[in-house]
Amino acid sequence: MLDWIGLLPVFPSAGFLALVLTRGRLPRRIAGIIGVGSVALSFLLAAVISVEFLNSGLESHTQVLWVWMSVGNFSPGFSFYLDGLTVVMLLIITGVGFLIHLYSTGFMADDPGFARFFGYMNLFIASMLVLVLADNLVLLYLGWEGVGLCSYLLIGFWYTNPANGYAARKAFVVTRVGDTSMAIGLFLLFSQLGTLNIQEILTVAPLQWSSGSGVAVAAAALLLGGAVGKSAQLPLQTWLPDAMAGPTPISALIHAATMVTAGVYLIARAHVLFELAPSVQLLVAFVGLLTLLMAGFTALTQRDIKRILAYSTVSQIGYMFLALGVGAWSAAVFHLMTHAFFKALLFLAAGTVILSLHHEHDIFRMGGMRKKLPLAFWSFIIGSAALTALPFTSGFYSKDAILLAALEQPQYGMLLWLGGVLGAFLTAVYSFRLVFVVFFGEQHVDAEQQQIHGHDDHHHGPVHEITGFAMAAPLVILAVLSVIGGLISVPVENVFGAHEEPHASTLIHGFMIAVPIIGVLISYLLYSGVKQGASLQQMLSSVRASKIGSALNRFWFSGWGMDTLYDTLFVKPFVALAHVNRRDLIDQFYGLLAALVRIGNQAVVLTQTGYLRWYAISLIGGLVIVIGIGVWA
Amino acid sequence: MPSIPYEHGLILAAILFVCGLVGVLTRRNIVFVLMSLEIMLNACGLAFVVASARWGHADGQIMFLMILTLAAAEVAVGLGLIIQMYRRFHTVDISVLNEMKG
Amino acid sequence: MMLLFYLAGAVALISTVAVITSSNVVHALVYLIISLLSVAVIFFALGAPFAAMLEAIVYAGAIMVLFLFVMMMLNLGQATEDQEKAWLRPRLWIGPAILVLVLLVQLVTVLLTQQVDLAPREVGVRELSLLLFGPWLLAVELASMLLLAGLIAAYHIAKK
Repeated sequence: MLDWIGLLPVFPSAGFLALVLTRGRLPRRIAGIIGVGSVALSFLLAAVISVEFLNSGLESHTQVLWVWMSVGNFSPGFSFYLDGLTVVMLLIITGVGFLIHLYSTGFMADDPGFARFFGYMNLFIASMLVLVLADNLVLLYLGWEGVGLCSYLLIGFWYTNPANGYAARKAFVVTRVGDTSMAIGLFLLFSQLGTLNIQEILTVAPLQWSSGSGVAVAAAALLLGGAVGKSAQLPLQTWLPDAMAGPTPISALIHAATMVTAGVYLIARAHVLFELAPSVQLLVAFVGLLTLLMAGFTALTQRDIKRILAYSTVSQIGYMFLALGVGAWSAAVFHLMTHAFFKALLFLAAGTVILSLHHEHDIFRMGGMRKKLPLAFWSFIIGSAALTALPFTSGFYSKDAILLAALEQPQYGMLLWLGGVLGAFLTAVYSFRLVFVVFFGEQHVDAEQQQIHGHDDHHHGPVHEITGFAMAAPLVILAVLSVIGGLISVPVENVFGAHEEPHASTLIHGFMIAVPIIGVLISYLLYSGVKQGASLQQMLSSVRASKIGSALNRFWFSGWGMDTLYDTLFVKPFVALAHVNRRDLIDQFYGLLAALVRIGNQAVVLTQTGYLRWYAISLIGGLVIVIGIGVWA
Repeated sequence: MPSIPYEHGLILAAILFVCGLVGVLTRRNIVFVLMSLEIMLNACGLAFVVASARWGHADGQIMFLMILTLAAAEVAVGLGLIIQMYRRFHTVDISVLNEMKG
Repeated sequence: MMLLFYLAGAVALISTVAVITSSNVVHALVYLIISLLSVAVIFFALGAPFAAMLEAIVYAGAIMVLFLFVMMMLNLGQATEDQEKAWLRPRLWIGPAILVLVLLVQLVTVLLTQQVDLAPREVGVRELSLLLFGPWLLAVELASMLLLAGLIAAYHIAKK
């Protein structure tokens, strides 16, 4: 079965081709079956492969499909590489992907672009599988670009609204900056090491480069640039909140569980390079720390339910970067897995809420929904608990592993740990803020029924939860995984080398448990509208109303002003330059050619007068000339 | 019989041809243009017969027969066209036939 | 014979010039008939009686008469004649005359290089018809097809 690795991306690709080539003429049932079925097949195959892999003693396995190109010394193949890390990613992608596809059959049931949606989703799964299975960096880059393309297509899925197209373009352009950095990194690696095969790089690089040498630092930094773009970390994090313009299932799949973790995967894969450049590795940790704090503060001020979850994703990936930065590779991958579970759960539950409330996104226009939307309520409770790392949830184990590893760092351990704990506090506050505002307190929705404009085919009546089997089953399964996921151990020992479990004192442990619980409590007092928290609520309102408070509020709300910063630094000068170059010089040259031809035509057309005698005279004139040449020349 | 300078015959044919040519180039009445065309054809026939007389065989006369046939067919069709033109434009001025310009 | 040849040549020339400078259609047609008949005389003088007969009967006799019929049918009238007179101003002839004179000079230059003096031998009908039914048979057939095509075309084009 291990030899059938090559089949894994084939199922979703076939699904994509079938759905796209029939151009939406398939009936909905068939399109849904193709879309979900292809991913289900990949999941089954991945499960079988994983079982076989685990039973075979965790040996890595390479399968070469064909040689892609052969130029001089450079001949990367379309070849797939399987080891523990790959297995984890495979199961996440196909498993969570399958659940989200299933959910989408319910969520997108009324959408006219149903088949197109599943086509793009299948293409995404195929590209992501190629990305994680690739055994050389060129193939990885192919998958990288593929997921970027699908992200663009899916964010701008409802393309008739220009704002969605703008968000899609923004995502594409910002990640492109990262992709360029990564491409330059690939060029550097090839020119220095002569190969782009990942395993070869990891064995050759330590022999050729000394630790901290300029080349290693440059290569690692360039790869970091690519990872930062795709994973929406500082400074390229501005695209992710706007990417929420797409349908909720794709926010769950692409912008929570899989694509944004591609950067984490890249750094984990190339961990040897980062170990060779300790300065860059430290930079990774600090990028993660700053991002998680920034996103945490921003999420506190947001009103749109999906934007809160988006900033939460940015923050959690910051945690993964923090773990990578301190060398806790398996902890990072573990957190990647648990995050996939609970973040997908949260997004899907948010989708249920949005759909049930007729496409309402503002949390302060909801409220008191816990009786009306029970499944979504419990999903949010479980998901937020895992997100906050409350004890015995999956998030608890993974986040604790990261923070303990951060503490071990020789120079900045304490700083990183404190930052991580502060981030955990913020996570608790904003995630439970969301839960309490939406599900507790006064119900705002009924009073505003007349002003809510949703799809015309929804009945405007009392709020009822929109679920079916397709939408409920994934929520339940993901909820279960969010709780028990902490017990799964990721089989990555062979990839990263054996790692000692960090030990810490009970005080540290206790502190790490207590902080999120305190955060939940504070959030409860502030946002659930109970009387006990009245004094705290008043304090918050007065702070918010004060000059500094409101300024801070606006600053954090706008994502720390980064959008405006990039706008002034890059967008405005570029647009101004484009305006200046409106009468493009090169275009004018080609216009000149066309004008010359037109003038020539106007000149020659003068000979076509339509008069018989004119033609006769020109005929005879020509004859005379020719005969003259014959007779006298 | 006394000899005839054959080049004079050919020169006569050339002069007749040139007269017909100047008629085609100058006249505005389509009937006259057709007549000038006939003059030119006749001049060619003369040239052929003079040449065949010089060599003493009948091939030139046969050629002349062909030219005659050609002239007959051409005149028939040409006159048909003139009739149509007159019906359409009520004039025989060839300047009205200029829609193919440009 | 020489006298006949030159005389007929002169008549042909004068009547041709008269054709192209005339302003009355019918007059021009009659002048053209005279020109054709004088060319027939030239053919006689050159010892090609059959060609002369063809010229007189077919060309002058049939084709020109057809021309005359159509002109009578069109009934162009005095107005056309006046119009012709108005168009035919002397300075109109200058351009074409120059062009054509150049051509004439070129032709004459070439033709005067040949100096041939031979007595004409009469090429009779018998000799001609032997050639027609022998080597030139295909040409005869093609000529008949051409006439057929001309007939059909003329009928079709000229009808209302």
